[in-house]
Amino acid sequence: MAHLAPTPVVEPGQDRTMILNMGPQHPSTHGVLRVILEIDGENIVRIMPDIGYLHTGIEKTCEAKFYQQVVPLTDRIDYLCPMTNNLCYVLAVEKLLGLEIPPKAQWMRVLMNELTRINSHLVWLGTHAMDIGALTVFLYCFREREEILKIFEMVSGQRMMTSYFRIGGIALEPPLGFFDRVRDFAGYFPERVDEYENLLTANPIWGMRTKGVARITAEDAIALGASGPTLRGSGVDIDLRRDMPYSSYEKFQFKVPIATEGDVFARYVCRVQELRESIGIVRQALDGMPEGPIKADAPKVVLPDREKMKTQMEALIYHFKIITEGFAVPAGEVYQAVESPRGEMGYYVVSDGTAKPYRVHMRSACLANLQTLQTMCEGRLLADVVAAIGSIDIVLGEIDR
Amino acid sequence: MPLSPAITDLEQLKSHPAVARLTAWNPAAVQGVKFDRDEMTIYVDSAHLREACALLRDDSDCAFNFLSDVTCVDWTPAEPRFEVVYHLLSIPKKERVRLKVRLGSASPVVESVTSVWPGANFFEREVFDLFGIRFSGHPYLRRIQMPEDWEGHPLRKDYPVEGYR
Repeated sequence: MAHLAPTPVVEPGQDRTMILNMGPQHPSTHGVLRVILEIDGENIVRIMPDIGYLHTGIEKTCEAKFYQQVVPLTDRIDYLCPMTNNLCYVLAVEKLLGLEIPPKAQWMRVLMNELTRINSHLVWLGTHAMDIGALTVFLYCFREREEILKIFEMVSGQRMMTSYFRIGGIALEPPLGFFDRVRDFAGYFPERVDEYENLLTANPIWGMRTKGVARITAEDAIALGASGPTLRGSGVDIDLRRDMPYSSYEKFQFKVPIATEGDVFARYVCRVQELRESIGIVRQALDGMPEGPIKADAPKVVLPDREKMKTQMEALIYHFKIITEGFAVPAGEVYQAVESPRGEMGYYVVSDGTAKPYRVHMRSACLANLQTLQTMCEGRLLADVVAAIGSIDIVLGEIDR
Repeated sequence: MPLSPAITDLEQLKSHPAVARLTAWNPAAVQGVKFDRDEMTIYVDSAHLREACALLRDDSDCAFNFLSDVTCVDWTPAEPRFEVVYHLLSIPKKERVRLKVRLGSASPVVESVTSVWPGANFFEREVFDLFGIRFSGHPYLRRIQMPEDWEGHPLRKDYPVEGYR
């Protein structure tokens, strides 16, 4: 159990070893991760991630905002899967309020969430392959990602910081032509995944760089708090969408891809299969999209429609009150977890009965996953560190918050 | 789904496996329970926290083998001021439980759970960094998010949102 050894303080080595700083401005660290390496030739003796370069105090900022004003902040935590963070936060607040969400809003949330997962996995696949040296895949992945960002722009007016979900539902009805566009995308996307797989899966160089590299056992992964594909790549069969469903995920049929080897290739296989499963969920959401309202019937919490606000006195009053003084949330606390593309994303929201959250804490999947780096890399070669960092799919904005 | 009031009576919640296991082991370790919005909270005495965690992890009825999260809430000026919050997940049973430890403001120290779950390492460092809670037995308790020479603990309620200027 290598991970039971305390995280070492890296000091200048005695005889043979040297200290190498990787990052914080290194292209393969996906942002501003600094890794302190103690190396003996090409072999890693000790490795220690150093984080905090992107710390902005979002949790502190949340305490000074109204509940509805926190939604745009959640986008900024993990800029590759904004909708997942939106969803997790609004679900937590809705649970605190005891709100019932209409089916159409729930299904739209599932649809957008799976598109977000595809978006995030595409960025991961492109950059991870580029780190290891397969430059072509990046261009292919970003071609499809562009289409998803255009779809995001269609519904929310923003390509990345969408803030599309609201407490009580979603912000707007999807515009005309939206479903056709998503259906088009769902139609050709599986072929595109075949293209990526043609470039990588059977590629001998890709295999040599990933198979048997940065292994982690299921016991170690659980003990270190890893989740998502990092955990499923080691053979642990858990997916919160299936096992603890939220936002009507229980109505969708999908498989949870598992691989048992626990190496970089296993995590790659899991994520690529997830791309296929996600597009399946998107199709089911398109086919079964229910009709009805997109916002809960709770005038004190949900902003009224523009039309009503301009014609009805009561709606105008509610609008004014929500904007100027927010809405009180009954005292209590909730921990809501969702399956983000990187693992278990959790929001712990504490209310003291006022219109501002008393405490918002984000459980970051990447922060826990990053701890596996030590077990994965120690005793291995320097070049494998790049593959290992890529395979746990870190987003520093989420780690540092 | 209208909200139903929270249940805080220990007798009513005895049937929950985690509560049953902990009270059978040491009734003094359980200071209180709360069942609210379908979530179970157990208040654990700070002296028994690490053992309680190890017990819940290894017991076959509970099997809370995964530590989701460690965080803290500052209730100043109330005393005890801090609540350290542990979210446990059982992967085999697909269940969650929340453990809470109350700590006074004079010297907030609790035993580290890194010996139970090594993954608690970064979470506890973050709580130390942002709240100033010390975890005894932690292998490397240093600031993680803020710079090494930072003064104060930003997530405490008496720390201004815009910082000290």
